Amino acid sequence: MSTSSEVSIERAGIVGLITASAQDVLQMRDGAEASLPELGEETRLIGQGAILDSLGLVSLIVEVEQRLSDELGIDLILADERAMSQKRSPFRSIGALADYIYGLITGQGPHA
Amino acid sequence: MPDAEVVLITGTRTGIGRFLAEHFASRGALVEGCSRNPPEWALEGYTHHCLDVADEAAVRAMFMDIQKRHGRLDILINNAGIASMNHILLTPLATLEKIMATNLYGTFLTCREAVKLMQRRRYGRIVNVSTVAVNLRLEGEAAYAASKSAVVTFSQILAKEVASFGMTCNVVAPTPIETDLIRHVPEEKIRRIVESQAIKRAGTFEDVANVVDFFVKKESSFVTGQVITLGGIL
Repeated sequence: MSTSSEVSIERAGIVGLITASAQDVLQMRDGAEASLPELGEETRLIGQGAILDSLGLVSLIVEVEQRLSDELGIDLILADERAMSQKRSPFRSIGALADYIYGLITGQGPHA
Repeated sequence: MPDAEVVLITGTRTGIGRFLAEHFASRGALVEGCSRNPPEWALEGYTHHCLDVADEAAVRAMFMDIQKRHGRLDILINNAGIASMNHILLTPLATLEKIMATNLYGTFLTCREAVKLMQRRRYGRIVNVSTVAVNLRLEGEAAYAASKSAVVTFSQILAKEVASFGMTCNVVAPTPIETDLIRHVPEEKIRRIVESQAIKRAGTFEDVANVVDFFVKKESSFVTGQVITLGGIL
């Protein structure tokens, strides 16, 4: 992972970035006119009640990686070995993914 | 006028890769290429990246650069490849590791990063390069052919995984062509390979470009996971 100079990032900002990414992915899937579900930290990304199918999750991960790079200058691969080997997937909800990314960025390790 | 297509070709310093770079540039494409060493040529509309395709960080940096400058990628051609021709008993493990790194890991990394870039526009064409050594099970080419067999299987599964993103992934398998890759292969062996083809002549760069052109056409949206082997090798 590489970060551009002096990036200061709050966890809330990451939640916002993931939410915006999810909205983009849902709009791409359902069309711009479709009504979007309300998205929050509890929103499930995989498993029962998830807003995305597996391909949608792939798109979301790519979108989040891209926004982290474009908007914050943070280059990381979310689907790394650490993420894929965790007992509780960091992709289970928007909040869990935000925790995971925040941990990677701040070097505190994943909270998930 | 529609935007020029953005094409990334790996292994462009010499041989097929260089030819394809010139081929796509001549039709107005914005061509990105890479190789470990810089090329001894330059081309309008062509940008070169010096890197090892098996170096994950370098590959990601190249894609970020393409994303920043073009915001898109339409076509990826995974041409970079190395070979080592020797009996299995005379092949050090390090040789196999090097071949796998360039031929398989390199293909994996560039495909993965390309799909990330391509999926935003729900469009992409990927062409990976195999070899007739896979079909012919050529003695002395176990490591090379095994790496390319892996590329074929990888490409076919990738084709399934990215189909819903509007992308295709196909494979072209050339016969021997006069390039650096086969400069150490004895003439007699090349002659025997050519004799085993339905069409008994050496391959050309144009033969490869012709198949690539077919795979990357917009109209080829219903063609994916396929291997076209040149020369009539059955």
